[in-house]
Amino acid sequence: MKRKTARAAFIKSLPVFAGYIVLGIGFGVLLAKAGYGIWWALIMSLTMYAGTMQYVAVSLLSGGASFITTAVTALLVQARHLFYGISMIEKYKGAGIKKFYLAFALTDETYSLLCDGKHPEGTDLHLFQFLLSLFNQSYWIMGCLLGNFIGTNIEFNSAGIEFAMTAIFVTVFVEQWKSTKNHVPAIIGVLSTAVCFAVFGSENFLVPSMICITLLLFILRKPLEKKEEVNGND
Amino acid sequence: MIETKHAIMIVAVSAVITALLRGLPFIVFNSKKTPKFITFLGKFLPYAVIGMLVVYCLKDATFTAWPHALPELIAIAAVALLHIWRRNTLLSVAGGTIFYMLLVQFVFK
Repeated sequence: MKRKTARAAFIKSLPVFAGYIVLGIGFGVLLAKAGYGIWWALIMSLTMYAGTMQYVAVSLLSGGASFITTAVTALLVQARHLFYGISMIEKYKGAGIKKFYLAFALTDETYSLLCDGKHPEGTDLHLFQFLLSLFNQSYWIMGCLLGNFIGTNIEFNSAGIEFAMTAIFVTVFVEQWKSTKNHVPAIIGVLSTAVCFAVFGSENFLVPSMICITLLLFILRKPLEKKEEVNGND
Repeated sequence: MIETKHAIMIVAVSAVITALLRGLPFIVFNSKKTPKFITFLGKFLPYAVIGMLVVYCLKDATFTAWPHALPELIAIAAVALLHIWRRNTLLSVAGGTIFYMLLVQFVFK
């Protein structure tokens, strides 16, 4: 069963392999251009392990940000992770000691692969989640190191490479859309964020979006739960 | 370049805050019985959050001036169509990224 679980986790992780190698290279190149070498790439991908935050950290490093600026920026950029944790509490329940790593390694992309709470038949759920998270981080580290090496040694035009992250979310969005008849939550997510983006601007819209989404879900709680019973989707 | 000590501070603060935000829900709601509203959110948030992330990725696009976020919107449509057609995530992600890079480097430069 362990082999089967490892195999299943590996196959499921392949899209993130492509995405993380590409995104990691993008980050590594930027970091190298800011003057930070391979050790910085390694330490950041090991301890921070966050695509968006690492990109942001490069600009904090270049600008010599203060303690307060760094802390506030990190809080705002990463606040969405509270959401991931909340929706994974049930799904990580019973994972034992693995839960520490599962929580630490809950990136956007890992979340997008695990948030449906499903695992292939005949596999160990928590081992599946753990290995998938571990594989993903190993791809991320490889990508960051490779990018840092490329950025230090080779000239190439990496403009647009960051789109890999968008592409991953779009594919997950399509998958989720096909998996349920109840599209209300997905529409709430897109519309709330789009409206908050227009109102609050590109620097400050994430936290208002999260508040909006939570409020709307609670307002529509009764009909949502009723619809779920009628359709019998899960 | 800033001092190494300063750089270490920036990396450490970013890492600690990221880990705290990721771990916090598990610490706060670690009781045996998960509250009902958390189960509810756990069920419906994922759909809303992925929608949020797709829009979030557009935050650096230029909407009010040329190219009016066209490269992003075209590439997103391409990824969605490619994914509906072949349903191969690896192909959609790699293909979409290369397509977008071609768009911003050669078409909309």
